[in-house]
Amino acid sequence: MINEEINEIQNIEIRLFLEALFQRYDYDFRNYSQAHIKRRILHRMNLNNFKNISEMQHRILYDPSFVQQILLDLSINVTEMYRDPSFYAAVRKEVIPILKTYPFIKTWHAGCSTGEEVYSMAILMREEGLLNRSQIYATDFNHKVLKIAKEGIYPIDQIKDYTTNYQKSGGKESFSSYYDANYNSVIIDSSLKKNIVFADHNLVTDSVFAEVNLIICRNVLIYFNRELQDKVIKLFLDSLAPGGILCLGSKENLQYSTHFEMFSVIDAHEKIYRKEYRH
Amino acid sequence: MIEQKSFPIYKPLAIVIGTSAGGVEALTKIFIGLRAGFSIPILVVQHISPSSDSYLPKHLNRLTTVSVNEAIDKTSIEEFNAYLAPPNYHMLVEEDRTISLTVDEKVSYARPSIDVLFETASRAYGRNLLGVIMTGANADGASGSKLLREMGGFLVVQDPKSAHISTMPEAALQLAGADYVTNLEGIIEFLNQLK
Repeated sequence: MINEEINEIQNIEIRLFLEALFQRYDYDFRNYSQAHIKRRILHRMNLNNFKNISEMQHRILYDPSFVQQILLDLSINVTEMYRDPSFYAAVRKEVIPILKTYPFIKTWHAGCSTGEEVYSMAILMREEGLLNRSQIYATDFNHKVLKIAKEGIYPIDQIKDYTTNYQKSGGKESFSSYYDANYNSVIIDSSLKKNIVFADHNLVTDSVFAEVNLIICRNVLIYFNRELQDKVIKLFLDSLAPGGILCLGSKENLQYSTHFEMFSVIDAHEKIYRKEYRH
Repeated sequence: MIEQKSFPIYKPLAIVIGTSAGGVEALTKIFIGLRAGFSIPILVVQHISPSSDSYLPKHLNRLTTVSVNEAIDKTSIEEFNAYLAPPNYHMLVEEDRTISLTVDEKVSYARPSIDVLFETASRAYGRNLLGVIMTGANADGASGSKLLREMGGFLVVQDPKSAHISTMPEAALQLAGADYVTNLEGIIEFLNQLK
């Protein structure tokens, strides 16, 4: 069989595989970036020596333990503390002054993964005197990464990079005052966790759960197709209080969204937007 | 191993270029050399430091009639345009011929990875894809080149003897072979005769 035909067949198999995953386990990847999903599924197929994707589909239907593996394959959890320091510098300069005018601040980290960016923002808010009047929701659909986020324990070998990032972002203290170092890991200062609620929420299938002033969702939307991106941006729009702020990843943008008009741009380069007051 | 297949008789729908060490210089020469009005869309992965700014697309844009930009997520791939993978992001081609960016793990120690671009573009364009592998100090791009040729695409590899660093073209030749091996001037000439 020629390779073009195999490619066609694999596309059919992938649609069936994602349908099986959704119908059996309620995880909906059907509107994710297709090229990404295909790469990851073929990668798993080769690692586990499946003959084809159909064989993998059989496995996922009959072996629930295999689902966790597939979830880890399909959801990307590459993150770091103060990823893109210039973004955090922009938050200090342009977002914090707005938040300071509020008596109480609700923040939502949507798709928080293993939590590095949640703690980065909590530290920033403490330094700006806002943490004690904050409620922070950190959500993800993947229980495994949410558990790591809750524990706040990270490998020590990354701390050097995180410290550099923190300093570049305009950090005001010694970064080591925010964690305790052990033999090969660090644990985040537990007082930072006081106002954080970690919870299971799926951006694709779940709906609004609170009205918030700030949404941070960086490098999550790039994994969705345009249609799903639009749906999730609507979810953010409905979750934001008037004047609320939306922060996306630096290569994401609202320009293809049908809801673009509902936002004004605070920082075009760092992708920081504000929901308009009008309705 | 190197097959001197006859040049494709029809114009490819897209070109993918992968390069690493020495690549900025090579890309500069390529974009200076492209004839005015060159229309086939070009997708480029140049290995680059994660923290670098968007100097490279601006630099290349000044050299050519092709509009060279850093790739934006979900952009449609259009004629008369070239798209560079942003630092620290993989660039993927969807089968509907739009661009997706991801922050997945590094592939072949690189993000952006040439393999990721070549593999996804091969699935999207099949035999209508032209791949170019140039100077570089690692083997990224070799497995992507292999799939490109398996899917019927046409692969041009910079002659390792003429490359600033020969590792990348050598790795591609070893794993994937090639349809045409030539130096930079030859690559430019080849691109300019596509119609």
